Order: sequence, then C-alpha cells, then structure tokens
Amino acid sequence: METRSDLALIEPTLSEYRDQKGSLIAILQNAQDIYGYLPMDVMEHISREAQIPLSTIIGVATFYTQFRLQPVGKHLIMLCDGTACHVNSSELISAAITDELGIHDGETTKDGLFTLKHVACLGCCSLSPVMMISGQTYGALTPDKTRQILRKLAEEEGESA
Amino acid sequence: MRVIVGKGSCGIAAGANDVYEKLEVLSRENPVAGTTLGITGCIGMCFLEPIVDIYPNDEAEECLRLVHVQGSDAQTIWDAVAGGELDKLEPLKIKPEDEEFLTQQTRVALRNCGIIDPESLEEYIARGGYRSIRKILEQKITPEAVIEEIDKSGLKGRGGAGFSTAFKWRAARNSPGEEKYLICNADEGDPGAFMDRAVIEGDPHSLLEGMLIGAYAIGAKEGIVYVRAEYPLAIIRLKKAIKDATEAGYLGDNILGSDFSCKIRIKAGAGAFVCGEETALIESLEGKRGMPRLKPPFPAQAGYWYKPSNINNVETFANVAWIIDNGGEAFAAMGTENSKGTKVFALTGKINRGGLVEIPMGRTLRDVIFGIGGGIRGGARFKAVQLGGPSGGCVPAERLDVQIDYNQLVITGAIMGSGGMVVMDENTCMVNMARFFLDFTTKESCGKCVHCRLGTKRMKEILDRIVEGKGEEGDIEKLEDLCNAVKDGALCGLGNTAPNPVLTTIRYFREEFEAHIEEHRCPAGECRALISYNIDPDKCIGCTACARQCPVDAIKGEVKGVHVIDHELCTKCGNCKTACRFDAVVVR
Repeated sequence: METRSDLALIEPTLSEYRDQKGSLIAILQNAQDIYGYLPMDVMEHISREAQIPLSTIIGVATFYTQFRLQPVGKHLIMLCDGTACHVNSSELISAAITDELGIHDGETTKDGLFTLKHVACLGCCSLSPVMMISGQTYGALTPDKTRQILRKLAEEEGESA
Repeated sequence: MRVIVGKGSCGIAAGANDVYEKLEVLSRENPVAGTTLGITGCIGMCFLEPIVDIYPNDEAEECLRLVHVQGSDAQTIWDAVAGGELDKLEPLKIKPEDEEFLTQQTRVALRNCGIIDPESLEEYIARGGYRSIRKILEQKITPEAVIEEIDKSGLKGRGGAGFSTAFKWRAARNSPGEEKYLICNADEGDPGAFMDRAVIEGDPHSLLEGMLIGAYAIGAKEGIVYVRAEYPLAIIRLKKAIKDATEAGYLGDNILGSDFSCKIRIKAGAGAFVCGEETALIESLEGKRGMPRLKPPFPAQAGYWYKPSNINNVETFANVAWIIDNGGEAFAAMGTENSKGTKVFALTGKINRGGLVEIPMGRTLRDVIFGIGGGIRGGARFKAVQLGGPSGGCVPAERLDVQIDYNQLVITGAIMGSGGMVVMDENTCMVNMARFFLDFTTKESCGKCVHCRLGTKRMKEILDRIVEGKGEEGDIEKLEDLCNAVKDGALCGLGNTAPNPVLTTIRYFREEFEAHIEEHRCPAGECRALISYNIDPDKCIGCTACARQCPVDAIKGEVKGVHVIDHELCTKCGNCKTACRFDAVVVR
C-alpha cells in the first residue's frame, strides 16, 4: 500500500536550507520530526527540490541509526544496551519485553502501541538497567517492574480510547 | 538562602523534575524572604540522585546536601527552610562516607559542574568565567603565546587518542589559508561514558570559552559543536549559552571590542559511533555518510570543506580556560611525567558509588574503584574494569595498582580512552563481555574497509558460538589471528581498536574461554545456553515466592515444601533468583 505524505509540511525546511551546502542530515532530521519517519515520497521530493540524488539520500538515511524508514508505534521503547546496562543484565529486561509484548528489537506490536528499539547508551549508567519510553526514563529495572510499566501504559491507552 | 536542585540528565531520570516542580509551587505559594530556588547541572554523584543542595549562607560554599529526594519530600524541605529548622532534614542528609566520593576528587574540567546554574551566564562569570579570553584580548597575548601556554600545560586530547593539544593547534595555525574551522567533538559514543554530556549540561560556557581560545589560537572565525542527537538536554543548554554569550559580546563580531570575531554553531549528529573519528565526523558535518577519509592529509591541512580544521573533544576544551587563567605550569604540576593534569571518568557497573570522577593523573585504578567508588556492590568479588569502551580493554584484579597514565594503561592492553570505566564482578562473563563489544563494533563498522567490515563479523560469529556452548578447539587462536588482521588492515581508529576488548579478555581470562569451549560451562553463570537454575533443597523453606514470580509456571511445589524447577519449561529469566530471600536458587 502506498501512502501519500503531505509534502507541503517540508517546504519551510527546504527553503531554510536551500543555500546551505552540506545540510542533508539536518533536512532529514526535520523531515523525521514532521512525519515520524522518512516516507519514500518525502525523500523523493527532497531529492527533486534540493537537487540531491535519491541514492545519496537513501545512503545517508540508512547509515545513521536515528533515521527510520518505517513508522513507529505510539510508544517507542528505547531499551539501553550500553555497557553498564549490559553488565547489570539488560538481556533479562529485553526478554521480559519480548515475552510481554511479543515483539523483538525493531518490531512494532500489532495494535501499533509499542515499538521496541535497542539503543547504544542513554547515558544514565548509574540507574542501569534503563529504558526510555516517550521521553520518560525508567531506571533500576527488573523483569517484573518492566512488565508492570508496560501494563500500566497499555491500560492508560485502553482508558483514553 | 539558596535551594538548588540537581537537574542533569541522571537527576532528571531519577525524578529531579518532580522534586523541582513541587518545590517551585511551594516557593510561589509560600515564599520565604531571602530564599531562592534554582537548578544546577550534574553534581556527579549519580548514585544519590535526585539531590537537593541547600546553601544557608549566600556568600559561603558550605551546603547541606539532601539525597534520594522524592517529590513527597518537597513539603518537608520547604517547611524546614521556611521555619529555619534545617536540622529537621537530618534523615535526608548525605552520609559522611558518601561525601568521600567528592572530597577525594580534584576538579578542573568539572570545576563549575553541580555548583552553578548552567543556564546562567552571570553565575559562570561570577566564578571567573570568560576571564581568560578577556585577558588574552585585552593584554593582546599573541596566538603563538596562547599555544605556548597550552604546550607548557602538557594537555593531551581527552577523547581517547591522547594527542598533544598544542601540537594540533600549532599545525592548524601554521597551515596556509584564510578560512579555518574549529570543531568540537561532542559525539560521545562509547557506551558507558557520559563525561562530555555532563560538562555541556552542567557548564556549557566553559566549553564555549575553551573553543573561543582555541579559535583565536588557530585563527578560525567559526566553531562548530557536533553533538550526539541522543543528548537533547545538552543541545538545549548549549543553544541558550550560545545565545546569551552572543548577546553579552563574548561571541560574534569584534569580541570584547577587539578585532577578533568568532561565531559558534551546533550540529546535531544522527547516531553513528564511527563519527567520533575525526575525519568521519567531518564527512558527517558535510551532510554525508560518516565514513573516514584517508590520512594524510590531516584535518589540520584539509578538514571541513577541505579547509584547515582542528578538532578537540569537550573535556579538552573545558580545561583550556582554566589553563590560561592559572598558567600552564599549574596544570602540569598535577599528574605524571607524560600525563599531565586531571582526567574525568564515568564510573559505572557493579560499583557502590557510581558517577563522575575527576582525579589527577597518576592515581591508581584501585584508588578510584575502592576509594572513591566504595568498592563492589553487594559485597561481590571484583573481577575486572573495562576502560575505553569498544576501543579499550579490561584490566583484571592483579593489575589494579596500575597508575592512570596514558603509557601505563597501554601496557595493560587497555587504553585511557575517553573516560568510560565499567566495573565488573565475579558474575560477569568475560567471553560474553567480549561478544557484547564485538556486537557493538560489528553494527557500528561503517563498512569502508574489508578487514573491519567482515573481520569483526567473523569474530562475532565465533564468539556467538562459544557463548552458546558450540565453541571448537582452535577458536581462541582463530580469534587472535582475526584480531591482528583487523588491527592492521583497518583505516581508522574504530577498526584498529575493535579487537582490543577481545585481545585483553583472552589475555587475562583465557581459562574462561577454555571452560566455555572445552567443558561447555560458563564460570560466571551468565551465558544462558550454558546454565540452569536449580533450587537447593536444604535452603528452600517453601515460601512459594519464586513460583509466584515465574512467568512460565516452571516451578512446582507445595506451601512449606521444597520447590523444584522444571528445566523443560524454564526460560532462565532469573525472576526466581531475584525473588528468593533465602539464597536457595542456584545457577549452575
């Protein structure tokens, strides 16, 4: 299925960077902020407007971990897999999330509520193991505590729906 | 009186925002004459966050430090402040032994962190900020003399490579060309390291002043800070600092009325570890895939847009203004023969007191881990400390008395690195640790060089097999061969150093590799494929706590009867071990 993105939304960004060479990463970062990910039609549009070959854009978009080519769930779970978290058993937390939601790294739940992403280091090493969900950091996790956090979030969604 | 809430990333993650918001409401509803509420950046005592400091006397530095403060404590705190009864806060007060964490440190790069409000230019100036750049411009000290002073200090790059800062500045200064760039590498990518983030979040003006002095020295009119996108708070605070400094005349055209002009801008990275390498960082600044360039030419000759450029990391710049203010000799008086000054470390892992540590070079690892860090959490036995992240190596117990010095650390097989210091105890499997770092470098290898792209992958496959109990005879030798090939065959620092974690673990913990390969046993009890959870019948009292926590109902047993784990069903999640209060769950 091909979705159409509202290309007008990216226009201000394109004019802002029109005369600044080397701004592709900044343009893509703005695009992702706007659309939540980098839709193909948006990248094609940037290619035409900014006169950058599409291959170069895809090359950059796939090189950096920040960029996503698929939409993400409502809650993005960023599970830290830094050294301190690893030493403090983040693997058990990952297993608990997979067990609770049925998703692995990079996957989204069927209801579109959660996406799981392993990240290199959130820099809150003293609270390890750590995960960040929608900007909120949860530290000193245990498998049990992790399950409770996820259930609470799912419950809140159920109530507001 | 001043009430200050520590609002670094760590503090916020631990709940500092909630504490601050509640205190803010109370201070509005029930204002106390002469008392203000403020914030500060990372205090460095991450293990005690959230922290609230109360300065009873505005003039003195003496403060009452409250730790592990929760939002529910806000009322108690404000009542005590309003009533002038600070002794009532005794239960929240920091323990004397925890104060040792800071009293044993010497802070140069972190001199203002945790003390000033990072969003206030005035507070930075009040502690001597922008005095160094003013001195240089007003006394018309030449760029050469500035570089000479940095040379005297012996300052080396704090990002990992440890290259002489004065040498790099001189090379960029002497490079022909009008258009030059000064770049700050704030792409702190080592997992387990957060020194640079703490500096930017806690004292952004010290970075800006260091960069200004660097730009003046090399003759650059433009500075760029390349910050990790994962550090949103650092970006916000740096933006504000740039705006405030520009308005106050410390940045922009004709700084402080002189003919020196310099502007500084921020570029947010997009997540790639290899961009910590200076030529990859330059490629990324130019909007391209962050793949390293061939050297020479070096950035000092042809860097950003192929113009002469100089790159230093955040901590290096944070030392610069202090050196100009106090003199190069004062800096060189600290440390060892070839490692001068202080170094900041992010102390984490299985440690009692984790956080930011700044010490003079030359102290021992034992000093840091057992003195400042208070030893191993839970009374377990120390096994190794990992320095320098994926580019570094681990140092075992018998080498703990090594001095923190660029050369001494290299002899152990580890490196100074950027400052990540992750402590591991007897329950950490070193083979799995090596695999963990290889997994990281495999994912982060940019793919330009065959040795790095494929070599790290093959190494990871071997390590994967070993931790799954499918290791073969000759695997260790094969790993060593690959390590040497990748070391020699890769173009940049990422590939050159990627084998270090594997080589050092083999060097110091060879018997652990052998146990995995020959006996299919994980001595640390960590590798899931090689362990099983069992209940000790002598210790089990039948409290059912484990059975209630088991997500797959693998534990059977009557109340007050001995419980048994069904290994067919067990997923080895470890919940039972955490739940048992009688140490009856054993990992074999």
